[in-house]
This record gives sequence, C-alpha cells and structure tokens, in this order.
Amino acid sequence: MKNIFATRTGIIVVGAVIGIGAALLQYFGNPPNMGICVACFERDIAGALGLHRADVVQYLRPEIMGFVLGAFAAALFAGEYKPRGGSSPLIRFFLGIFAMLGALVFLGCPWRTLLRLAGGDGNAVLGLVGLVFGIFIGVLLLKNGFSLGRSYPQRKASGWIFPALMVGLFLLLVFQVSFTPGGPIFSSVKGPGSQHAPIIISIIAGLIIGALAQRSRFCTMGAFRDMILIRDFHLVSGVAALLVFAFVMNLFLGQFKPGFEGQPIAHTDHLWNFLGMTLAGLAFVLAGGCPGRQLFLSGEGDMDAAIFATGMIVGAAFAHNFAIASSPKGVAAFGPAAVITGLIFCLVIGFTQRDKIVA
Amino acid sequence: MSAKQVDTRGLSCPQPVVLVDRALADGYADLEILVDNEVARENVSRLINRRGLKVDISQNGADIIIRTAKA
Repeated sequence: MKNIFATRTGIIVVGAVIGIGAALLQYFGNPPNMGICVACFERDIAGALGLHRADVVQYLRPEIMGFVLGAFAAALFAGEYKPRGGSSPLIRFFLGIFAMLGALVFLGCPWRTLLRLAGGDGNAVLGLVGLVFGIFIGVLLLKNGFSLGRSYPQRKASGWIFPALMVGLFLLLVFQVSFTPGGPIFSSVKGPGSQHAPIIISIIAGLIIGALAQRSRFCTMGAFRDMILIRDFHLVSGVAALLVFAFVMNLFLGQFKPGFEGQPIAHTDHLWNFLGMTLAGLAFVLAGGCPGRQLFLSGEGDMDAAIFATGMIVGAAFAHNFAIASSPKGVAAFGPAAVITGLIFCLVIGFTQRDKIVA
Repeated sequence: MSAKQVDTRGLSCPQPVVLVDRALADGYADLEILVDNEVARENVSRLINRRGLKVDISQNGADIIIRTAKA
C-alpha cells in the first residue's frame, strides 16, 4: 500500500493543515501564538493534575490526547501499530525532563517557536536559532556514534497503556471530575490555562493532526536534523508549510502583531531564549523526535517515546515548583542553572552512549 | 562480492539512515539492510535513491530487507 502522506506533497499538506489548524485553534480560544504547543499543553496537563500549582497554567488539554489517540488509530489502521521498548528508558525519561525545562525557559516547543514567528514574535528567532544550534550539536554526536541502543518488540497489550491513559484524562476533563474540594482536577480561571477552544473542537483537531502526523512522520526536530545530517529537505518542507500557512492565517484573522516587546506569553531575554531551546533541541535529537513526534510514536506503541513524554510532564512540574519556568516578566531564578545542568547532562549522555563505529 | 549487511532493527530514527549513509560513504554500493518498521524503510529508501542507487525491497517475516541496486 502506497503511503501518500509520506511523499513530498503529503508532508507539505500536513504542515499546512497543522499551521492552519493552530491559527484556527487560537481564533477559537487557545492562547495567543499558542494554537498548539506540545510543551505548554503538557505543562498545563501537569498543572491540572496538581503536579505543580501555578494556577495560570492548569488545564487538561484535549489536543495532546487527540495527538496520541489519532496516531494510535492511524497506526492500527495502517498496520503500523507495533509495541516496542527497552532502549535506555531511564535516560529517555531524563531527556524528557530536561527538554521540558529548556522549552519552558524559552516558553514553547518547536511548534510554538514556529507559531510565535508566524504571529510576529521576534523573540522566537532566538529560540529557533537556539533550536537549530542544539540540533547541530546533536548531529555531531550522532556522527560520533551516539546511540541509545536497540528497542525490542513488546507484547501487543503493552502499547495500549499510553493511549488508555489519554482516554482516562479525556474522561476526567469531560466529566469535570473533582477529587477533593479545592483540589484537582484544576482548571485555570485566569491566564493562558483559562484560554482554550471548546473541548469538541480541540479534540477533533488533535485527532486529525495526530492521524496525519503519524502517516506523514511530521517532525520539526527531524526536519532540521535531516538537513544538517544528510542534506535531506523532505521534512523541512512540511515545517516551512506550517510556518507559511500559520502566518497567512494569522494575517487573515488579524492575529499578526510584529515586535519583540509585549509579545504574548514570551519574554525578551535573548540569551536564555537561545540557550533554553539549545538544550531542548539537543535533548530532542538524542531522544529521536520533537515533543509532537514523541506523542505520535507513543500512539504507535513506542513505549520509549511514551517515557520521554511522561518525562516532559514531570519536567513541567519541576519547572514550576522549582522556579525554573520563565514568565512574561522574564527568566526565573533557577532557569539558567537548570539549562546549564541539562546541557551538561545531555553532553555526558551524548559522549558516553556510543556504539563502536565499524569502519 | 557479497553484499555488506546492515542490521538496523530496533534502532530509533535516524540511526538506520546514519548507518546506511556511513556504509555508502565507506564505498560499499552493494548493501543488504534489515529494517523492522515502515518509517525506517521510507527513510533508508529515500537516502539510497538520493545517492543515485535503486532499492529492491522484500519482506522476511516481520523484517523488511532493502537491497541496493545500480540505477
């Protein structure tokens, strides 16, 4: 069976759908320049569960659940559902934590970096340059023989765990479950966490994007990595389509506001915007996918990717509990220390986890 | 000359591509690559095509065998 989404045209169409979808989700209520942000939305989920108590960023984001479940359905349908795991799970868990810390110092994942650019936020340029620089370091490590080792096939039922968790989270959202008075599930009444599209629109958008991304292998990190590593421009054409179509939609919907100061859910500390995304980019390369791609892989039954995604949710809790996550006011007290620690961790992993190069 | 074997099973993206690229760079044009998923098949095939070679794909149980062939 020919997979039309894996063609050049296919990846461009998928990038365009994500770009248009993100701009529309903003229009329907999601936060500005954050139609879709995998890192931010996982952070909101961590908050909704009470893993952190930053009361402006707590909401069970249906887009995340849609991504996993859409990819799960598409993989089942295409015969690509293959439970697998066992490739350095603990390292991937920590890569997920540090990827999230870096992303929250910048305030966005690679998707949101593009969406911030498409909305006119100049600070995102620093984030994008940092992301590419981190990926560049990761490519050097790959060329040096970096590997987290092989994964192995797992039993069929094990790949259901992560999708089942997503169904559970979705039900908690739909039925507005409260476990204790004043306790979780939390839902922000102010701030970005309170801004969201209607549940039905969010989940449908998530399912469609999840299914399309599974078929097309859309990955923002992979896009830049493949350009640097093997001069392959396949994935980056999808990323470019996302940027262009989000930009055009923003112009059309009056959501384009160019500048550096006063951009929504962003700060102007150039150095830490750059280094935060350097850390995130490096961690994504070592783990083999951007945060979105990790969710789609989780849906296919990749339990190593699911562990990375879980690490990101836990990382978000640390980021807000330990004064690491930035805010529009600027970088937090322990943000820089966390980024430096993360960079050291990634470099140590990058240099120590190597297969012998058989030349 | 017998084909050089490259076993990429269980390796996550982009290592299958890295290994094949390295083998091609080392001058091996006659490769037999084992992959275990569709993504790796697509990525490895795309790389080989871009290097001016053709691919010949066959299935062996759960594994996919990609052989390089002269264009």
